[in-house]
Amino acid sequence: MIHQYKLNGYNIVLDTCSGSIHAVDEVAYDIIEMFLDNDEQTIVNTVLQKYKDRSDVTREEILLCIEDIKALKQQNKLFAPDTFESVAGTFKERSGDVVKALCIHIAHTCNLNCSYCFASQGKYHGERAVMSFEVGKQAFDFLIANSGTRKNLEVDFFGGEPLMNWDVVKQLVQYARSIEKKYNKNFRFTLTTNGLLIDDDVIDFANKEMSNVVLSLDGRKEIHDRTRVDYNGKGSWETIVPKFQKLVQARGGKDYYMRGTFTHANPDFLEDVKVMLELGFNELSMEPVVCKPGDDAALTEEDKKIVMQQYEDLAKLMLERKKEGRPFTFYHYMIDLTGGPCIYKRISGCGSGTEYMAVTPWGDLYPCHQFVGEEKFKLGDVWNGVTNKEVREDFASCNVYSREECKTCWARLYCSGGCAANAYHSTGSVRGVYKDGCDLFKKRVECAIMMKVAEETQNG
Amino acid sequence: MKRITTLETRNLCESAKNGGCGECQTSCQSACKTSCGIANQKCENKESK
Repeated sequence: MIHQYKLNGYNIVLDTCSGSIHAVDEVAYDIIEMFLDNDEQTIVNTVLQKYKDRSDVTREEILLCIEDIKALKQQNKLFAPDTFESVAGTFKERSGDVVKALCIHIAHTCNLNCSYCFASQGKYHGERAVMSFEVGKQAFDFLIANSGTRKNLEVDFFGGEPLMNWDVVKQLVQYARSIEKKYNKNFRFTLTTNGLLIDDDVIDFANKEMSNVVLSLDGRKEIHDRTRVDYNGKGSWETIVPKFQKLVQARGGKDYYMRGTFTHANPDFLEDVKVMLELGFNELSMEPVVCKPGDDAALTEEDKKIVMQQYEDLAKLMLERKKEGRPFTFYHYMIDLTGGPCIYKRISGCGSGTEYMAVTPWGDLYPCHQFVGEEKFKLGDVWNGVTNKEVREDFASCNVYSREECKTCWARLYCSGGCAANAYHSTGSVRGVYKDGCDLFKKRVECAIMMKVAEETQNG
Repeated sequence: MKRITTLETRNLCESAKNGGCGECQTSCQSACKTSCGIANQKCENKESK
């Protein structure tokens, strides 16, 4: 299976199953399009007719191009067959019951009252709560005990707002560091914060211990303050921006993301990206809001058309800035063509409910942070482990080929079947497909690959 | 090839033989938290590439 598209003046052909990417001229683009369904004579005649005004498009040239395409097909770099579907179900079995990543809900409470919050202002449709050190310690013990031979273990301190329980975060990091050598593990911590409580202590500790920090900022002040307000309705932009700037400046090159959400209020999110750049941030992530259809924040069909164009314009801006020596990164455009994930990862997906779980402040386990509060998805707890084997099995059997729509999608090995939570919330099944998310995802992949083609062919 | 430039990419079919070590980052863990994509993950298995 191939996917062909034209973007920013480039003609691009992706070969789904081999992962090959070809930048072609328009003649080769047309020939590839006709290749499987037409005989050589028809291809030659059609192409000659279409390009009759071009002296470089001769019968010999077309035949040469056809030979090149045959050679790529022979090398399995074009029209490569799908040899993965029949074994996809066994790929996850390799990891057994290993758990390697926890999203620790250190605080189910928040000092902001953002209307679009999927976690209902940090409470996850429940009571306000913070995690005790004892529960957190048990979560780390559970992780180590269930991590098998995996060395790299990831823990995200998440909320609500994690800084509202900062002392416990610090104690847990110290606990993890005290045992990681003994168990031959390497902890990678992430902190996700709205920034209100950032102070010098947070900056020092986070920059020393957190391999990544995710800082919530929606971009333009008026956009950010429309949604990200405190319980008195006061916007948070003025307070947090200087704190974020100080933290990032002191980070010394370690990873961070300015992570924004765009909604119906700002489908023109590139303006927000530009504001982030002006503020001195250059590792960016902007995510489409995930909410129920009909919600005031939900993106409409009209918004989606704007967003699609914004993704293209963002890619062009990134190419321009890179040329000017002022590069910035965008999470969804970071594709490593030679060092990216293997086929196991591409088929198995995000690992929710299997190698990745969320822990509530009272120690319950859920398949991921987006399922917390959905009682039927409760997997167990950090003392007794996974007791709800049925739910775990359900997630373990989720892979890109367990979704009918994905089997024939060209982007399947870039997205691995998408987000189970989004699928569940939009279709009622973790094996459903969140179509709005798919459309945006595919556009992002097209843009990201176009940027690689531009850089590779040195015309970008 | 005159009209076709093939970018260097990881051979996915080959990666079936020596991949699957599971040391790479969990997809959603570090940044987005509301969508899944694995294309931007880095392989941590230096021997398999």
